[in-house]
Amino acid sequence: MKFLSYLISGIRLGSIYAIIALGYTMVYGIAKMLNFAHGDVIMIGAYVAFFALYRAGFPLVAALLASVAVCTILGITIEKLAYKPLRSATSLAVLITAIGVSYFLQNAALLLWGSTSKIFPTILDYGFIELFGGELKISYQILITIATCIVIMVCLTLFVNKTRMGKAMRACSEDKDAARLMGINVNSVISLTFAIGSGLAAVASVLLCATYPTVTPTLGSMPGIKAFTAAVLGGIGSIPGAFLGGLLLGIIEVIAKVYISSELTDAIVFSVLVLVLLFKPTGLLGRKTSEKV
Amino acid sequence: MSEYVLETKNLGIDFGGLTAVNNFNIRVEKGDIYGLIGPNGAGKTTVFNMLTKVYEPSRGTILVNGTDIGKMSTIEVNRIGIARTFQNIRLFSDLSVEDNVKIGLHNSGSYSLADSLFRTGKFHSEEKRLHERALELLGIFRLEGFAEHKAGSLPYGAQRRLEIARALATKPCLLLLDEPAAGMNPVETQELMDTIKQIRDRFDISILLIEHDMKLVMGVCEKITVLNFGQVLMNGTPEEVQNDPEVIKAYLGD
Amino acid sequence: MKKITEMLKKVFSKKYRQRTVSYLIVVLAYLIIETAIKTGSISNTIKSLLVPTCSYIVAALALNLLIGYLGDLCLGQAGFMAVGAFFGAVASVFFSRFISGDVPVLILAIIVGGIAAGLCGALIGIPVLKLQGDYLAIVTLAFCQIIKTLLLNLYVGIDSKGLHFSFITDNTNMDPDGILVIKGAIGANVTKKLSSFTAGILLILFALFIIHNLINSKHGRAIQACRDNKIAASSVGISVSRYKLLVFVISAVLTGMAGTLYGLGFSSFKASKFDFNLSILILVYVVLGGLGNMTGTIISTTLLLVIPEALRAFNDYRMIIYSIVLIAVMLISNNAMIMYYLKQFKDHLKKMFPKRRTE
Repeated sequence: MKFLSYLISGIRLGSIYAIIALGYTMVYGIAKMLNFAHGDVIMIGAYVAFFALYRAGFPLVAALLASVAVCTILGITIEKLAYKPLRSATSLAVLITAIGVSYFLQNAALLLWGSTSKIFPTILDYGFIELFGGELKISYQILITIATCIVIMVCLTLFVNKTRMGKAMRACSEDKDAARLMGINVNSVISLTFAIGSGLAAVASVLLCATYPTVTPTLGSMPGIKAFTAAVLGGIGSIPGAFLGGLLLGIIEVIAKVYISSELTDAIVFSVLVLVLLFKPTGLLGRKTSEKV
Repeated sequence: MSEYVLETKNLGIDFGGLTAVNNFNIRVEKGDIYGLIGPNGAGKTTVFNMLTKVYEPSRGTILVNGTDIGKMSTIEVNRIGIARTFQNIRLFSDLSVEDNVKIGLHNSGSYSLADSLFRTGKFHSEEKRLHERALELLGIFRLEGFAEHKAGSLPYGAQRRLEIARALATKPCLLLLDEPAAGMNPVETQELMDTIKQIRDRFDISILLIEHDMKLVMGVCEKITVLNFGQVLMNGTPEEVQNDPEVIKAYLGD
Repeated sequence: MKKITEMLKKVFSKKYRQRTVSYLIVVLAYLIIETAIKTGSISNTIKSLLVPTCSYIVAALALNLLIGYLGDLCLGQAGFMAVGAFFGAVASVFFSRFISGDVPVLILAIIVGGIAAGLCGALIGIPVLKLQGDYLAIVTLAFCQIIKTLLLNLYVGIDSKGLHFSFITDNTNMDPDGILVIKGAIGANVTKKLSSFTAGILLILFALFIIHNLINSKHGRAIQACRDNKIAASSVGISVSRYKLLVFVISAVLTGMAGTLYGLGFSSFKASKFDFNLSILILVYVVLGGLGNMTGTIISTTLLLVIPEALRAFNDYRMIIYSIVLIAVMLISNNAMIMYYLKQFKDHLKKMFPKRRTE
């Protein structure tokens, strides 16, 4: 029964990773770039939610919406100002620019809000449900986190597979030039991708702060790296891959922490990634690409 | 020792469920200039990719001078004597023309890593030899004047010739040329035909080439295999091929 | 006399110019800074930066070999540096029990650090050979995190009986005369700071020597062939995996040596110092210095370490300025129009001051 409750808390952590990983994977799929600043968008989202809840006294839903709105605008702005001029540049140049954006966001937060951590107010605290005669307690917070992740997954899958815009996205990820020739506005597709990814980052930031209620300028770094790892584990560019990778990473992290060693958790998590890539070089659900000779 | 430089037996490959090449049999003798022709999509380049192990054949055997190369990698295949050029030119385009040929000479340069890190006398003498050998090869293809240029900056025809020079540098016994005249003008093509014969005689090698330019094929090849839909349509001399109704049908349709 | 002019002509010829300039810059910088130290016109902050700068330069040169010539991205430089620093620290304490001079101990420690990191490079080479592009980058990042986590839990002590290792908790059980060199999360403690600016400069020269000699040989050509076109490289009989592994190991050895130099420049240091951000920092030096351009790497590393120091006056804003400069440089250097005008301007200057032909 203990194991089951650890498993569930692993799924909760994994759900958050999965939502962040979606942002990485979608941007990678469309723009073929590693958006290193994604983790820092989460951090901004957390600060916005914090101020909305704590200072402005917004209700939770309004604070969440405010955070989503700010992050979406931020994501689009970053794309327009920093990444769009580099469409034809090397991937390394884009990577360095993304690193620059990440530094910028972190230091801007440091300048605006200081380095002392802000304590996020308790949210989503609705008690527990008890199963198996009280042997297994699951908090509603966990259930809400997992449910949010599932809803997002389903909506996003439907969006990408069923709508016109989703089809345009898939076309762009396949071949941007061909998509442009078919009359698809590639720039607006890329903007939309950044908007969705950053909006999801805001949702993730609120769920993250419900679990770990301290907000600092470097809050996004570690979840960012972990979620990025999750996206690669699942096969970067693949939406179901991000979901699978996120869940697996969360579960492995929690189980390793409890059953093997809390000190070595990170080493175990990253070793799993290396092992998986040894056998599946493009991740669990990633597509194989082969060069035409 | 087998009398054939290259012999394939029932060579075939599938991609997914699709059979791209099937029952491909060819026998190239020492000193042959051998043409492999066929309409677009017939599987000619796929055959080259199997011969050089860029693709792993699904079935059949490949013998090079009697040795089965079934378990060899691309690198080992080159070391036992097959060198090739590519349909979509694959030069090291950021490097100089001379360096491209020197990379072909890689395995004939006999100095070790320690020699190059510590610049021993052996390094200097071997580098000098490689330099001279590279210029000699470039001379055959009239490229010696471009030795210092970037390979990517050369005109198309010169790039094709450089690729042949690079392949020759590996001292092959069998040279595979994938559309060597593509993108060349008639004068260049005529020169290429002379060069092909010249390198066969000078280096005592066999040449198997894919080409759409029938003037070149009929002008230099002594034997021809026609491929259609992944199957061998016929083997024969240029005259036989030119007069075969099946071949004409394959090229022109019914 | 004639011989000397001929030699000068040779070292400044097109083929050798890049090499000569890189060595000259290092030696010149050394002479200038040494004079400044002797005359006391250099602040203590700058002085304390000298050894770390040298070690970052070596790590950046090693990374440039990997990215610029092999064409593979590595986000795990900090991991190799950490291995070099920790193994070098243990080696320095160990050898100083038998050898009295500082210099031989430092040299031995650097060699040990380099070999240890080289072994890690070979280990990571195994998955690396199977992967491409961004997947490869993430594996090197993962490797860096694994190394950091393992080192955070490592305990190493030295007593008269030799070396004692333990993991996660301190079970080294040493004699009373023993020294605990590595204490888990607290980090490594060396009894003596062995690294000096001179040692750092010599290590940079050594790294340049190895990299230039490697690149300008048949091995170097093979490495660049693997970068430009893997299929063509194997078609001429070059083993791509062998050369990838070779470059990963050489780069790791040099980075490990840089790590030892770095570690022994402090009396104590922590594993958490060698995190992902350090890897990123070194990557930034390499990209801004220019891929495959060793002189550029040396200059950009120095400048990027000095600029934040020079901006101390704007303390709160300095990192934000740094990030804006970084983004601006990338945007400008990748803007076709600006680069076009810059080239026109250069050509214009060239016309105004025509170069005399020397040959």
